[in-house]
Order: sequence, then structure tokens, then C-alpha cells
Amino acid sequence: MAAKEHVPDQEELALLQRTPAVIAPGHTFESVTDSISSIVLTKRTTIGWFFGFALAFAFLMVLNMTIGKLLMEGIGIWGNNVPVGWAFDIINFVWWIGIGHAGTLISAILLLFRQQWRTSINRFAEAMTLFAVACAAMFPLLHTGRPWLAIYWLFPYPNSMGLWPQFRSPLIWDVFAVSTYGTVSALFWFTGLVPDMATLRDRAQSKAARVIFGMLSLGWRGSARHWQRYEMAYLLLAGISTPLVLSVHSVVSFDFAVSVLPGWHATIFPPYFVAGAIYSGFAMVMTLAIPLRKFYGLEDFITMRHIHNMTKVMLATGMIVAYGYANEAFFAWFSANPYEGYMMMNRMTGPYAVFYWSLIAINAVMIQLFWFRSVRDNIPLLFVLSLLVNVGMWLERFIIIVTSLHRDFLPSSWDMYYPTRWDFAMFTGTIGLFFSLFFLFVRFLPAIAIFEMRTIVPEAKVKAHHG
Amino acid sequence: MAEFDNATALVEATTRARLDGYRNMDAYTPIPIHELDEALGLRRTRLPRLVLLGGILGGLGGFSLEYWASTIAYPMNIGGRPLNSWPQFIPVTFETTVLGAALTCFVGMWALNKLPQPYHPVFNVPAFDRASRDRFFLCIEATDPRFDAHSTRAFLEGLHPLGVSDVAP
Repeated sequence: MAAKEHVPDQEELALLQRTPAVIAPGHTFESVTDSISSIVLTKRTTIGWFFGFALAFAFLMVLNMTIGKLLMEGIGIWGNNVPVGWAFDIINFVWWIGIGHAGTLISAILLLFRQQWRTSINRFAEAMTLFAVACAAMFPLLHTGRPWLAIYWLFPYPNSMGLWPQFRSPLIWDVFAVSTYGTVSALFWFTGLVPDMATLRDRAQSKAARVIFGMLSLGWRGSARHWQRYEMAYLLLAGISTPLVLSVHSVVSFDFAVSVLPGWHATIFPPYFVAGAIYSGFAMVMTLAIPLRKFYGLEDFITMRHIHNMTKVMLATGMIVAYGYANEAFFAWFSANPYEGYMMMNRMTGPYAVFYWSLIAINAVMIQLFWFRSVRDNIPLLFVLSLLVNVGMWLERFIIIVTSLHRDFLPSSWDMYYPTRWDFAMFTGTIGLFFSLFFLFVRFLPAIAIFEMRTIVPEAKVKAHHG
Repeated sequence: MAEFDNATALVEATTRARLDGYRNMDAYTPIPIHELDEALGLRRTRLPRLVLLGGILGGLGGFSLEYWASTIAYPMNIGGRPLNSWPQFIPVTFETTVLGAALTCFVGMWALNKLPQPYHPVFNVPAFDRASRDRFFLCIEATDPRFDAHSTRAFLEGLHPLGVSDVAP
């Protein structure tokens, strides 16, 4: 063990002053534990929470109503038509799955890279992943119209018809990728929660809370032997999740790239989709983190350092996405393929051009603001920008899906696509589901990983001892 | 069982106990402390090997399922293309590999730790509820050959803990 303390020089001190810490100074084991667990254990629920939850719950009821209507009447209530058979379903599916990716990136990839700043945002980002995957999965399932009959298309099980799924189809790859992703994210999330459940069990005042958290903690007692295997398992799960998260959006992009449609059949798709996923996911983490730290007074734990770093990740991945747009345009011209060329002309000047230029304005032009420190310091502005990024990424999927489908090779089969009110009801309904789950999560589970926060306070270090 | 208020004191006490010949002991801490692995003489866990095995089985299982379903159970001749179109089976094989590894990791870790275990004698110590907050405990078990209720207590008290308590079974 190195006993020598590192003495920072002038340059490093200046850098330290410019870079805010990952946790505000002066925190100890007690203060970290108590301030995070008190959010869950308090008996008082704020009016703001009730207001927010009620709003989200109202939209969740819209979702229920839409599903009821859908199951009674069929998917004809949506605006999908013959050339545009995949419309809001796949747009929203890709959008939600993409949002989920930031959670896994933060919890797994940044763990492998030993990025300490991930510690205070990983828990709620993972929760965000789970809820986003739940919202995403709903679209393809309900798009089948009769989900209870759809199981034999999706899952390989011996059914009475002797049928097996078509394993050569990217849609089946999607089923495996998304269900694996959902399962592994849930395991990872629960594993991370167990030591915190033990903390809540020991801190809870009421009998009911002690029993519930006691069961969820699986009898965790912080034994050194347990910690050793626990840490190994956590690291392994992170190592497993890293290729998984990259594969999931690659597989999602295969839904498009494996087809022969102009605008879809492109090798840039997998990396471009993965970057877009992380970009939109970080925007959603930002959208959630800014109100969370404000209303629960978590500025000590989610510091300006986190906000800065998230902005920088958005800038970097956003630039990759912008490169993807440039690449699409370049290849439409360079391939000299009339269908590819027309697809691009149609995107830029056709009936949906306004959406195309909006997404360029957001994802390629607006994000250049993130270069400026003054923008990265301006929290209300960042909140607005992160919402706009979510809009921009939704528009990107809309453009990719609708413009390629609505005018393909044969002009006789061209048509326009207009979403109906039920399309919007379903979409806003899943947003309601997402936020309802998130409000419940923030109220009943620790939104920040308590034991991991304890590891980054200064007293967690074992000082060199003389044996 | 002795209680300490920081990690350094606990690691030092554990090392002393080990040097003194105690083997059946465990430390309880609010955070993972890597130095304890050495101080307690813990061996490396076999979890990584289990996870590798789980991943391999998952991958083999996924690929065999695809092979069997596409060539034996439900062969479809589409323009004379090969039934065993293995490159197209890779994405699902990859996902089942990941799934197998992750499930093994999750189940294996809890099983090796013998959790869930709702009751454990250490919970009988009133101060122990701070093991999940800010206190560090070293517990020498009565099964240790060197254990003796009096001398062990005296030994633990010699390590300058915050307190020493007996753990009721």
C-alpha cells in the first residue's frame, strides 16, 4: 500500500478548483446514509410529490383506456396504413429503448472505467432503464393486436401447432435482445439495492417498513465474505452488461438495416443507433436529475460535476449522431442510387421536411451550445435543452421510419401517414406510466445508491497500517 | 464481537487477530473493504468460473435451440438456402450467452453467500444495526479452536474497540 500522500502542484490545484467535486465536502458515513435514507423513511409525503404523481397517474389512465379501446377494436384505431405499417409503434419502441441505454451505460460501462461520478446517478438511471424498457416492450406487443396469441411468434416454446419462431428474422433477435436486456437490468438493479435495503431495514422506525425492507434485504449483514463475492458479482454483471447494451440497440437497428428499403439499408446504422440511444438517454437522465436534486435537496450528491459530465457525454454522442446524418446524406449522393437519392430529397424537401430540419436544428446545431461552460452551468437552460434533445431524438426516429416507408420504390404504392388521437394517447400514456413508476420509485426506494456513496467519502479509505 | 468506528481500526484489529491465531472470524462493514480479504485470509471466489460456465451453457443452449428448430423441428426451404444459416443465429446466441452468464452470476452469488437468510445470531447484538451505516464489527466465532469466552474477550478489549459484546446464538 502506498503510504506517500500525493501533493498537488499549482496546475493541479487550479484544475481542482475549476472541477466541482463528485460529492460536496464534509460528508461522512452518517450524513450520507441519513440524508438519503430519510427521503424514503420519512412519514411526510410532500404536496409536490402528490401533484406530480397525480398528473403522471392521469396519463397512465389514458394508457389503460387506449389499451382497452385497442383490444376491443383492433389496431385500426391507429393511423398505420399499408405503406407505413410500422409507425408510432416502432418509433416509440426505439425511443424508449434508447432512453434506457444511458442507465446501463452509467451503471456498467462507467463502473468498468472507474468513473466515480457515476455513483450518485447510477441507481435512478438504472430505474429509468427498467421503466423505459417496460414502456418500450408495450408497443411491439400491442402492435400484434392480440398479445395473448402472440407468444408463439415471439418465444420458442413447444406449442400445439408445432410452430417455431423464425430465428433468421431481426424481429426475433429483438425479442431476445430486449427480454435479455430487461432481465439483466433488473438483476443488476436488485443486486445493487440489497445492501441499501439492509440499511433501510436497520434505520426504519415502523414495524411494517422493517419487515418489508428486511425481506428485500435477504438478510444482508455486511459480512466481509459476502462483500467479496458481492463485489465480484457486481463487476461481472457490469462486464456482462457492457456488450449487452451495445448489442441491444445494434439489434434494434438491424430491424431496419437488414431490410432493403432506401434509408434503412445502411451499415452506419448500428453505431449510429447506439450513439443516439446514449445521447437521448443522458438527456432523460438530465431531465430527471435536475428536478430530483432540486426538490429533494440532493445538490450535495448530484453536483455540478455530474451535470457537466452528462452534458459532455451528450455533446460527444450527439456529434456522433450528427455525423450519422451527414453520412446518410453523403451516401445517398455517393451511391448514385436513384432510390437512395430520392429518399434523401424527400426527407429534406418532402411533406415531412419540417420534422427533418427540426431534428437537424436540435441534434446537430443546438447541441453545439454544450461547448460553452456558461451553458453547462445554467441549470434551467440545460433542463429545457435536455427536453428538446428528447424531442429531437423522437423526431429522428419518426423521420427514419415514416419517410422511408411512405415513399418506397413504386410511386403507385405511395401514401401519407397521419397519426390519430389514439396514437398520441398511447404515446403520452406510456410517458404517464414511466413517470408514475418513477414517482413511486423515488418515494419508496433509495434513489441514490447509499452504500456506494459511502465508498466515496474520504473516511472510506483504509490508511496504511504497520503490520 | 468488537465494534470499531473506522475501517482502518477494523483492518488492523483483524490482522492482529489473525496473527494471534484466530481463524473462524468474520468482519461486518457498511462498505466493501478490500484490505479485509487479506486480513481475514479469504480465498478468491469461484464465482467467475461459474459465470463463464453459465455463459457457455447459455450460448450452446441458444444455438442448439435455433439449429434444432430451424433444421429439424420446422425446416423451411426458402429458395434452396441452407437450413443451418448459422450467421443469422449469432445474435440470439449472443443474447442467450449473456442471459446464461447473468443468471448464473446473480443466482450463484446469493447461493455462495447462503442468502437469503433471514436470521443470523449477529443481529442479536443491539449495536449491530449500525453495521449498515457507520460502524465496523469483528466477530470471532465460538467454533474457533482458540476461542475461549474469557481470553477472547480480553484479547478483543486489548484492540481498543468502542465496545465488546457477546453474540447470543
